[in-house]
Amino acid sequence: MAHGDAITGEAAPAQSNRRRLPVRLRPGKLGWKRNLRRFLVPVALLVLWQASASLNLYDPTFLPAPSTVLEALWQWMFGQRTAFAWYSGTWFEYVYLSTSRVMIGFAIAAVIGVTLGILIGWNELVADLFDPVVQWLRPIPMTAWIPFATFIFGIREGAAISLIAMGAFYPIVVNCTTGAEQTPKNLVRAALMLGTSPRKILIRVVLPAALPFIFTGLRLGVGIGWVLVIVVEMLAVKGGIGYAMWTAYQFVRIDLIIAAMFTIGVLGLVTDRLLLLISRRLLRWNTGLRAR
Amino acid sequence: MEHRAQGALERTNAGRIECRAVRKSYQDAAEGTEVVALDGLDLHIEPREFLTLLGPSGCGKSTLLNIIAGFEKPDGGAVFLDGRPITRPGPDRGVVFQDYALFPWLNVQQNIEYGLREKGLATAEIKETTRRFVSMVGLTGFERRYPHELSGGMRQRVALSRVLAINSQILLMDEPFAAVDAQTRVILQEELQRIWMQTQKTVVFVTHSVDEAIYLSDRVTVMTARPGTVKAIVPIDLPHPRDATSDSFNQYRREITQLIATESRKVFAPASVVTESDVTAPLP
Repeated sequence: MAHGDAITGEAAPAQSNRRRLPVRLRPGKLGWKRNLRRFLVPVALLVLWQASASLNLYDPTFLPAPSTVLEALWQWMFGQRTAFAWYSGTWFEYVYLSTSRVMIGFAIAAVIGVTLGILIGWNELVADLFDPVVQWLRPIPMTAWIPFATFIFGIREGAAISLIAMGAFYPIVVNCTTGAEQTPKNLVRAALMLGTSPRKILIRVVLPAALPFIFTGLRLGVGIGWVLVIVVEMLAVKGGIGYAMWTAYQFVRIDLIIAAMFTIGVLGLVTDRLLLLISRRLLRWNTGLRAR
Repeated sequence: MEHRAQGALERTNAGRIECRAVRKSYQDAAEGTEVVALDGLDLHIEPREFLTLLGPSGCGKSTLLNIIAGFEKPDGGAVFLDGRPITRPGPDRGVVFQDYALFPWLNVQQNIEYGLREKGLATAEIKETTRRFVSMVGLTGFERRYPHELSGGMRQRVALSRVLAINSQILLMDEPFAAVDAQTRVILQEELQRIWMQTQKTVVFVTHSVDEAIYLSDRVTVMTARPGTVKAIVPIDLPHPRDATSDSFNQYRREITQLIATESRKVFAPASVVTESDVTAPLP
């Protein structure tokens, strides 16, 4: 409260003062106009794209119009499932396949990554034992693991999920390590002074102090999960958005490729917003730069 | 009224701190030399006494407080609390930090409850005790605020009531009012004095301010420049509340300022003037 008032209230008794504030610091008085403004450019781009395709300003075989993409998406979602139309009516199944792969891989990465990361950041013994392994394996790009994982697991779920879990693990473990390391010394001392046993410091102080970093790691991790699910489905497993996208490429169905891109974008956005929502709830105490 | 309930505890003679030949040195990472912060310091602190540690910057005041708190171990000598050596921090010695050290993820209420929960008290007792100390430091109505939503003075009140709530006989305060503005500082000093007189705790108070030391303490301990030992102990024989503009206050001010100035000059003296007795030679 005090910080917020210092910026907006106390410094702006008169209307004239308010104008001098940078736009981003002004209180949001625009309401619906503000929301309208935010949709202006995306809508304009879509209209421009549709118009130039409809007016044949370029060859739509290379870049189909938004309406064509929508038609393809509709067919993909609600079309008849037949033996020949490989994509028609498979959308929900593929979304389920991709999402569950990401979620299982991400869950494994979150549990192991948070636990190990906090322990590496807090405990010297765990750091000496595990940190070198993490740091030595981390420079190997996840895509470089695909042939190896496919060889070990075959074209099966195991390959997909283990790669996603591993890719999501690195940002989680690194952020949690940093989070635990930056626990203020005086908070640990205060807890010991108030009667917390040294064994419980990890749960009582280090874990909550690291929460902002943990959530940063989780958000990065789930993002990498969506990246990898597409790659893995193109190369190592059957079914899923990535699989549909790769098949569409082989059949030269650019409309379907765009529909798949759009689908994966929406899914990624939804999971990220969900995590952000949870973190805002849990981190109300953390002002960061937002409230300053 | 609050102190009545604790009366039985207060009349005991608990809360005597004895520092015997305390020595502490650090490794200076940049220079690679050993810096002696405390060298053979002896100090006895009586139960229910308000004792101030005063001295030039870097004289080891905070180091001594950290050793009494159990945060740091001395290299030589020992500190005893009621005859038992201090080995680690615990709720028998409440600490108030300069940077407050409130848990930012807990609100005011939860911060004050923290130590009571660690004691394993019943919920009803936790709520009642918390309410009592929230009102004692004038925070009623702010229970649901988070630390970042409070001013420095209010944060320090939370920190103070957090250690008052666990009812430790010893209160260790490391420049607690250094980071708050001058007006708030005066109010907090008055409040601390009132609370100390009510609760009869042993207080060890580190400060830079001569006035603060004279205003609050039974005895002012002036420390030497590094390596820190006790240079002089000045008992302040003035009735409470003290008038900082009175002649007798001024006499104490002159005396103590003089003592400190001698030590501060050693710290800021040009290298050529510093003699062997001022600086300990680095050990091999």
